[in-house]
Amino acid sequence: MIRDHFRILTVDLSTGRGSVVSLEGRNKEAGGSGLAAVLFNKYGYPGKPWDDPDQPLIFAIGPLTGYFPLMSKTVCAFKSPYHDQYAESHGGGRSALSLRFADLDGLVITGKAERPCCVSVGSRHLEIRDVHYMWGMNVQMSGKLLRRMFGGSGHRSILRIGPAGETGSAMACINVDTYRHFGRLGGGGVMGSKNLKGIVIQGDGSFGLPEGRVYARLFKEVHRQLTDTDMMSKYHNLGTPVNVAVLNGLKALPCRNLQKTSDPRIEGITGERFADETLLRNMACSGCPVGCIHMGFVRERFMEENQYLYRQVSYDHEPIFATGSMLMVTNPFDVLGIIDGAEKMGLDVMSAGVALAWATEALDKGIISEKETLVPLNFGEAEAYKQAIHHLGSGKNEFYRVLGQGTIKAAERYGGRDFACVLGQEMAGYATGEVFFTAQSLGFRHSHLDTGGYSYDQKHTDKNVEEAVDFLVRDEQSRVFLTSMVSCLFARGVYGEELLADCLRSVGYDALADNMDEVSLHIQRRRWQTRFATGFDPRAVNIPKRFTEVTTWKGPVDKGFLSALMHEYAGRIAALAGKEA
Amino acid sequence: MKILTTPRMDRCIGCHSCSLACARLLHNRLSWEAAGIRIISSGGLSTGFEAKPCLACNPAPCAAACPTGAFSQRKGGGVVVKKELCIRCGECARACPVDAIYLDPSGEPFVCIHCGRCVPFCPHDCLEMAEAPATYSVGDHAGAPG
Ligand code: SF4
Ligand code: SF4
Ligand code: SF4
Repeated sequence: MIRDHFRILTVDLSTGRGSVVSLEGRNKEAGGSGLAAVLFNKYGYPGKPWDDPDQPLIFAIGPLTGYFPLMSKTVCAFKSPYHDQYAESHGGGRSALSLRFADLDGLVITGKAERPCCVSVGSRHLEIRDVHYMWGMNVQMSGKLLRRMFGGSGHRSILRIGPAGETGSAMACINVDTYRHFGRLGGGGVMGSKNLKGIVIQGDGSFGLPEGRVYARLFKEVHRQLTDTDMMSKYHNLGTPVNVAVLNGLKALPCRNLQKTSDPRIEGITGERFADETLLRNMACSGCPVGCIHMGFVRERFMEENQYLYRQVSYDHEPIFATGSMLMVTNPFDVLGIIDGAEKMGLDVMSAGVALAWATEALDKGIISEKETLVPLNFGEAEAYKQAIHHLGSGKNEFYRVLGQGTIKAAERYGGRDFACVLGQEMAGYATGEVFFTAQSLGFRHSHLDTGGYSYDQKHTDKNVEEAVDFLVRDEQSRVFLTSMVSCLFARGVYGEELLADCLRSVGYDALADNMDEVSLHIQRRRWQTRFATGFDPRAVNIPKRFTEVTTWKGPVDKGFLSALMHEYAGRIAALAGKEA
Repeated sequence: MKILTTPRMDRCIGCHSCSLACARLLHNRLSWEAAGIRIISSGGLSTGFEAKPCLACNPAPCAAACPTGAFSQRKGGGVVVKKELCIRCGECARACPVDAIYLDPSGEPFVCIHCGRCVPFCPHDCLEMAEAPATYSVGDHAGAPG
């Protein structure tokens, strides 16, 4: 179903009705990030708060989803509980292909249901079901129940939230198909505010393909590049955890709430250690032959006699950094145990780990007491962290509820802002230097993947502000095109501009292929405009003191260079949005 | 005659590359379902994946049930499909004991014809074209869910 417009399904939880909407703009907005911004402009209210029932929860895929390998992600967009601004979070699993096969370019959910509900959509149905009995249920149980309640095993995607989302935590994720997530910036809280426990997307449609040989031949070639060459072996082999040892060696791994950037004990939790000791198997997002999802396990004795249970837990570099090196937990099974706890509560594991690292230091410094933390948090002590994750996810007391709104919020209340490891949101696992700190702080998603700032740091020792910021702006533009397709960013080495243009042409999107530069610049601008409209001010973004106290492989962080970068990049972003710098 | 077997499904990562390839190359479709091989999770993703392929019965009950000869016996097991003869009665799908035939919403049947074109697309080498034994029990058959 190549078409010159977008086909969107809107579902209003307040009325229980949906409608199919045709939207113009395929050749201008592409899909994914571009489409999500269009949809927010159409259905969102920049001035109303994030939890206003009128605010939309948006899912969008791209023109190549399903047609080519690794076009396997979905963009989820919403007004974020984290900062009450427009935000995107990206997730995989089966979500993207499910939407494609449900014949939808986008799904927009508005309103608030009277009672907890689940939405089920497919190419031939829309149903909203009362699931009040699932409220309070953890992510795992919810998944199992939803699998049983709705049909289509294997060819559907199940999105759901846990207790964190129900309580409106700004760290609540939306779990996708057990092992993937719309992790960051609180999408789970938005679902909770709508009384929406789950979304089941059934991919039961089937569509014609372009006639002729071009498409099939091109598919085969792309597939070959992705599987026969070593371009993707990093992701398939050890996966992203390969970075743990590399960054530790480079003095660029955030350790112990970023008091350090390297520690010999990290040897216990490298990608190699996880692979040797915990790896059960690999998995893939639908339509991706790479299979980067690494599954480890936790095993617990639950009775005095030898009675054990085990659960499978997926791991990546970011969760290992957040619950491992940041907390100085250096046993892989302990790390998986903490990740497992975050999974059950429906918490974004990166945000949760970094928040607990701050809480540990705050407790150590006497800024807060055990009255707040309820458990004695100590770097390296995994059992306390497992309990703390539960408290954070359930909003056990006032302290954990405030912390769940973001580490800076907690620091504003209790003190300790200087050592909050927040770059727009809780930091990602790269302490590579000034360019990365700037890039994540000001990047659209506050993600290490907004731009390649972390790799720029690793390749440049010079301190040229102009050049670094030029790189960030250009790199963002090229990534915006990919996230509008919506490609997995791991495939960015394969999907160069020429190949993308060929792919678009082979399925009939010639106009898009001819104007990629114009389109990506337009989307980049529109995204920033949308963000500014909801209150973003790049000049107001600060980098906490801790980031200026660390030493990376380049030496101590250069404060002057950092603030020059922040100033320049903020100005460039404002200019992109058409605002005065 | 060779048939499609699925001897190493415990290696499957759930990428659907095989079924998407069958839909694309054989049926000119973009689909999860309109394919000869379909991959399902065996009770949630934590328990791995199963394939639902045709087991190449010999004789094939689906061919015997087809009233128009659209499905006919393939030498070596399984069926030869002539879609232009199909009246979309669905008898084939009802006759298949292992749910290997998918009927699309219009009633068109999709089944594996043991051509092997999906095999090279599997990144984990789960699938294999193998000589069908003259007689075998289904339990030995590699097509049984792995
Ligand atoms: S489709 Fe079913 S009945 Fe027909 S040959 Fe295959 S397994 Fe046997
Ligand atoms: S062997 Fe041929 S018909 Fe059978 S599943 Fe593979 S590609 Fe489809
Ligand atoms: S191609 Fe192989 S790994 Fe992928 S779904 Fe098919 S059998 Fe599984």
